[in-house]
Amino acid sequence: MIARWLSLRAGDWAPYALLPLLVLATLPVMSFSTWLTLTVAGFAMGMMLFLMAAGLTLIFGLMQVFTFAHGAFITLGAYLAVSVFGALAGWSSATSWALNLAVLAAALAVALLASGAAGYVFERLIIRRVYGAHLRQILITMGGLIIAEQLVVAIWGANPLPLPKPASFQGSLIIAGAAIEKYRLIAVVLGLAVYAGLHLLLNRTRVGLLVRAGVENIEMVEALGYRIRRLFIGVFVTGTALAGIGGVMWGLYQELVTRSIGSEMTILIFIILIIGGLGSIGGCFTAAILVGLVTNYVGFLAPKLALGSTILLMMLVLLWRPRGLFPVGAG
Amino acid sequence: MTNDILLELAGVHTHIGRYHILHGVDLAVRRGRLTMLLGRNGAGKTTTLRTIMGLWRRSAGEIRFDGAPIGALATPDIARLGIAYVPENMGIFAELTVRENLLLATGPEGFDEARLEDVQALFPALREKWNNPAGSLSGGQKQMLAISRAIIEERRLLIVDEPTKGLAPAVIQLLIDAFLRLKGTATTILLVEQNFHMARSVGDDVAVMDDGRIVHTGSMAALAADEALQQHLLGLSLASHQ
Repeated sequence: MIARWLSLRAGDWAPYALLPLLVLATLPVMSFSTWLTLTVAGFAMGMMLFLMAAGLTLIFGLMQVFTFAHGAFITLGAYLAVSVFGALAGWSSATSWALNLAVLAAALAVALLASGAAGYVFERLIIRRVYGAHLRQILITMGGLIIAEQLVVAIWGANPLPLPKPASFQGSLIIAGAAIEKYRLIAVVLGLAVYAGLHLLLNRTRVGLLVRAGVENIEMVEALGYRIRRLFIGVFVTGTALAGIGGVMWGLYQELVTRSIGSEMTILIFIILIIGGLGSIGGCFTAAILVGLVTNYVGFLAPKLALGSTILLMMLVLLWRPRGLFPVGAG
Repeated sequence: MTNDILLELAGVHTHIGRYHILHGVDLAVRRGRLTMLLGRNGAGKTTTLRTIMGLWRRSAGEIRFDGAPIGALATPDIARLGIAYVPENMGIFAELTVRENLLLATGPEGFDEARLEDVQALFPALREKWNNPAGSLSGGQKQMLAISRAIIEERRLLIVDEPTKGLAPAVIQLLIDAFLRLKGTATTILLVEQNFHMARSVGDDVAVMDDGRIVHTGSMAALAADEALQQHLLGLSLASHQ
């Protein structure tokens, strides 16, 4: 690891410095308490975005699949959270951290399993027929997204559904004079845990090694004797399962779930993937936090620019590094 | 076909899109020998290797490995027969460390320490770069890594595509030494090469391709000794490749 870091050229360090530079650069232009509130909010938003985008960057990077249906699995996760929180309403409304965390864990587990299972069916029925055909992938996954949204309407109805946060997650903590929402802290912890888990999986297991190799050169992985299609299924299922838990967290953050909650995030997720570098989990993690921070800082400092801030960010990053911050296989 | 032949191509045709690249290739690779596949640019050498590995599908003809047809097998199944392939671009995973690149080519139990020692002895430079990303290696070191990866497990056939391409003479000599040592282990090798000095130094048998066909087969020593034949087949004189 140390040798790897030491082998980086000076220019390669710059993307790693981007986040701390951004955080420090904004400190002089606002009060410390405002800065702290916005920074934590940005990190929390970034973590939720990471949960939703992490799977897609692997699907893109390894499988070269352009799936616009990723939002459907976010939507599924959010609606499953509505059902789980509805079924365990007593746990959710109790002022008990243990019960509140238990209901969140139940919702995350259900979303993880159901979204993963739905992803498996989607890959077997649809995606595997269009490997290598990008135009068909776009068309068929757009169709899949529309069908999924209509299935949601058929199951949960057309009206938006409330998804209130559990009692203990509501309100804020006052830290150094700054109001920090408790839920955002939970999102940060979960996001970091998922990132750490993915990092370990990718860097400490043979499956992870294969995924990283496959993102760079599928043909060579096959020439080494590995059946890459089996890996594709595993990555697709993992990606959709992560989207499901991202949907749970995003639904709770919004406290209102609509059938388009996932599809509305699609563009933002693609922006994160492009900024981070396709196929890079570390890049996705950095880009998601970057987008979360920029959205919060710009929303406070220049509200009129807030809407276009992420697109502007993407343009600037691409002008600097055309293949994203951490392009895979650039070594 | 005799038992002496490990790999045999008979009348193999390959199309890539609407282009007809191989026009009935007949090739035999004998066990325990190093067979050179020579030819001008565009003769079809790389396509032949990729067709053997199933990376491009043959449109006609038969490919047999140890007597069994493999032309219809998928690439991973062909590799699992014990065929290692080093492509022209080396196929190095730049983001992975040297260790991880080699580990991918081992079985579930990981490295065989004795064999790893042998490979590291073959290319000591790799030992020093063990935990560095492969993308940070020089061109020569990448080629050493690609060849090491191909032999980190015992293979029945080693297929290598232009290992000396773009390398400095000192590195080429290192590769020649490595192939000579591999020959000492009776490894069967099929080697595509444009560098005639390398071919002459390591080759036992030779097949020359032109326009998608094998136009000459024989011993490498005989071709190296016949300058007129070289001129005819390859358009070069040995004197210019000393």
